[in-house]
Amino acid sequence: MATNKEQTEPPRWADRLLEWFVSPYLVEDVQGDLQEIFYKRVAQVGISQARREYGWAVLHYLNPFFAKPHHRTGNLTPYPQFSSLHPAMIRNYLTIAGRNLVKNRAYSVINILGLAVGMAVAILIGLWVNDEWSANKHHLNYQTLYQLKMNQTIDGYRSTGDALPFPIGPELKAKYPDFKAVAMCDWGSTHSLIVGNHRFLKSGRYIGPDAITMFSLKVLKGDQEPLNEPYSIVLTDQAAQTLFGQQEPIGQLVKLDNQTNLKVTAIVAKQPHNASLQFDYLLPWDLQLALDKGLRAYVTNWDNSSWACYVQLKEGIRPENTNAKLKDLLVNHLANDPNTKKIRKPEVFLFPMEKWRLYSNFSNGENTGGFIQYVRLFSLFGFFIVVIACINFMNLSTARSQKRAKEVGVRKAVGSGRQQLIGQFLSESILMASLALVLALGLVGVGLPFFNTLTEKQLVFPLDNHFFWGILLLFTVFTGVLAGSYPALYLSSFKPVTILKGSVFIGKQAALPRKILVITQFTCSMVLMIGSIVVYQQIQHGKNRPIGFTKSGLISVSASPDLLTNFNPLRTDLLASGAVSYISQSNTPPTALWSSQSGWEWSGSRPEDKAVSFKTIATTYDYLKTMGIQFKAGRDFSRAFATDSSGVLLNEAAAKRMGLKEPLGERLKWDGQERRVVGIIPDILMESPFHRVSPMIIVFYKDWVNVLCLRINPALSPSAALAKMGPIFDKYNPGYPFDYKFADTEYAKKFNYEELIGNFSVIVTVLTLLITCLGLFGLASFLAEQRTKEIGIRKVLGASVANIWGILSKDFLQLVLISCLVASPIAYYALGQWLKAYSYKIQLEVSVFILVLLLALLITLLTISYQSIKAALMNPVKSLRSE
Amino acid sequence: MKRSFHGGFEEVVLLVLAACREEAYGVLIWKMLQQQTSRRITISAVHAPLYRLVEKGYRSSQQGVATAERGGRRKRFFLLTALGNKALLEILAMRQQLWQAMPDGKLQLIGQ
Repeated sequence: MATNKEQTEPPRWADRLLEWFVSPYLVEDVQGDLQEIFYKRVAQVGISQARREYGWAVLHYLNPFFAKPHHRTGNLTPYPQFSSLHPAMIRNYLTIAGRNLVKNRAYSVINILGLAVGMAVAILIGLWVNDEWSANKHHLNYQTLYQLKMNQTIDGYRSTGDALPFPIGPELKAKYPDFKAVAMCDWGSTHSLIVGNHRFLKSGRYIGPDAITMFSLKVLKGDQEPLNEPYSIVLTDQAAQTLFGQQEPIGQLVKLDNQTNLKVTAIVAKQPHNASLQFDYLLPWDLQLALDKGLRAYVTNWDNSSWACYVQLKEGIRPENTNAKLKDLLVNHLANDPNTKKIRKPEVFLFPMEKWRLYSNFSNGENTGGFIQYVRLFSLFGFFIVVIACINFMNLSTARSQKRAKEVGVRKAVGSGRQQLIGQFLSESILMASLALVLALGLVGVGLPFFNTLTEKQLVFPLDNHFFWGILLLFTVFTGVLAGSYPALYLSSFKPVTILKGSVFIGKQAALPRKILVITQFTCSMVLMIGSIVVYQQIQHGKNRPIGFTKSGLISVSASPDLLTNFNPLRTDLLASGAVSYISQSNTPPTALWSSQSGWEWSGSRPEDKAVSFKTIATTYDYLKTMGIQFKAGRDFSRAFATDSSGVLLNEAAAKRMGLKEPLGERLKWDGQERRVVGIIPDILMESPFHRVSPMIIVFYKDWVNVLCLRINPALSPSAALAKMGPIFDKYNPGYPFDYKFADTEYAKKFNYEELIGNFSVIVTVLTLLITCLGLFGLASFLAEQRTKEIGIRKVLGASVANIWGILSKDFLQLVLISCLVASPIAYYALGQWLKAYSYKIQLEVSVFILVLLLALLITLLTISYQSIKAALMNPVKSLRSE
Repeated sequence: MKRSFHGGFEEVVLLVLAACREEAYGVLIWKMLQQQTSRRITISAVHAPLYRLVEKGYRSSQQGVATAERGGRRKRFFLLTALGNKALLEILAMRQQLWQAMPDGKLQLIGQ
């Protein structure tokens, strides 16, 4: 039951609402008038009705007009109230900001330098990310372009490949109305182009004529629809420049591989460096059939998947519908082979161009992302480094708040509103951010070439791009606001009376946010430090993995038709020259496995084992000696045994996969032929250094080789040996320049991605530490300054320099310890996720975490010691005299 | 006229204030407005133009003493400023000008 008093008064909720919502300048008037009316109404209509009316009337005040803070009904200030964004105010902010900047030089330099480094890194990462994002978008038909891919089950695993049978192109064109254009293509290879007496090694592709319109290749000169005439060649403008210089290229003859004359029919623009389709020249698809008689057998063969197929869908065709139609394409064509439908289950599908670059990984038939992970990771790096730089800014500003508090107090006392103060602080931080931007642009300019080498990119500074400048401007304002937000809100909230009375407000509570920010910084730095070390360890782990062959002194040369024909005299001459100790032929260079074959049968194999594919190396004699592979059992193919021409060698993984107890001498069946196992070799590492070695079979197969492997005579230096080999190669291979690849260099390329993240994380870590240390340095100097009197008193009372140094350092060391506790689980989880992708990997060790902790403690001590020792050495007479 | 009225209602409020014989405050003005226009008006609809007029400088205000009938709150008395005075005169002049500019026969037509 409500009391009597409550019943005679207006509803409390309505008053509360009014007080909360209506501007404080108006509340008294409004409430007064409302209540006056209320009491009259109570007399006229009774209490409940009056209360209802009161509530209803209050609701009318809930509109923005009454909430506006600037009603000052009593005394309108004689000075015009400028908005905080008035140009005059902004000019004033900037003037004062400029003065503050110059007055506190050390502080400004620390702040601007930190911000500039952070921004420079963010800009570089931004350029890099943009380059990855914009890849392939230059194609006009970007939205409708697809590459065909195929899922098939191999050994129980759904494996995704992009190699397709030769006849699929014509079939798609003839029978499926969904496609606007279809172009078959090979994987690109290096050929020798001869113009006059000059030989050039260039890489290019055989490709169907639809490719020109499909990929919207810009035909600069010549036939607008080239590639229809087999004996022709299309050059990029860059290649034409190299081949012909200033001469008119159209109509000129180019001799391909010293064998075939081709007429230049068109010049197309070179593709940007981040395009997926890269070439120096294009050759007509039909030309390869004219050149390679062996290839003609594949024209109608649906069982050999070796080519790429690009398609463009017609406008408005939904890819999923097309996918449904394509699904059984191969199964239908291979209906005779029961394994196809039951086990392999090949399924053709469209892979959209927008995923080519960043989403190229497949696992068990599902798309699982790809390079996008690195793009995200690096974006995160960029974001964090900016955040860390901003945290510095906030920390230093709040640390200085005691100094500026008086300023804030006086400003407030003479009538400055909170908005103006916020405006003041934000302009200061935006001004600093702008100066930092200028410096950052300079740093980017200097760092870009280095960054390009590191990331193997050709990024340029898009100076003429308005969009880029717009982004930079936004970014600067954003950074300025982010960095200035905390001091702006914190300092402007001070109550003038409290400050001007001189009461100490910088207590434990004021230091808490600062501590949290420092912990955040250190946590980021430590996660990055642990990350860099682990990435480095993992790379070393891969590099130290025994590979089973000797990669130094081993070179490979891609074999032209001339080299294959002249192999025996070439071999004799090379061995006689003393430059080479062994030479052999194979179908794959030492650091890759290009082929795999299924259809093998062995004793005890089930019919479905025919679908198991084994990596295959085709070779003749001396392969193992050239590669430096040791035997496990048996022997190499030998000229002494005529039967060895139908022999095979297995690696251990293959022997294990076949389940052979006594593999040596075992008879295998393949391609209708019986082959005997003559030797077992260890699991040599030719593919990824981070994954398990695939089962592999080395077959003696004379007609299938296209690479020469050579072991340089260890008695000679590589350069001396190469100098001797050059003329011999020129003699037998006049159409080609002598082009060779060192196996160790090629092997090192396998670490490209890992090295990239490794380098990246090291750089980001160092910079993060640098920025954090800059911040710490500034912070330590202010805190030492704040405690000058305390230090003076302690010294007078007999504290030693070491004592004082300890007192000042203790706080920071605590923060570092807490950061370590926060950082360790984060790093542990993140790195565990990263390592999941590798099957040959390191274990995360506690010692790394401890090492990083010690390192962080050391760095912190070094950073702050200068300030704390300086403070400790100060003469107490000086610091105490002023009191 | 440099500073125009926000709406006709503001002008009416200003006129009511000018016509007020006693010291004018919110409730009084509200009552007079209802009498003059013979319409029901919510009190908030009076407060808004009142404060707007203060912002424009047509009216000044001062606070009176607290009274019990207002729950212990002070009254705010509104006074016409010189600027407000001038504005009213300007409006009057403008209206008169327009009335005089009106062709003779037209008012009858409108009146009908």
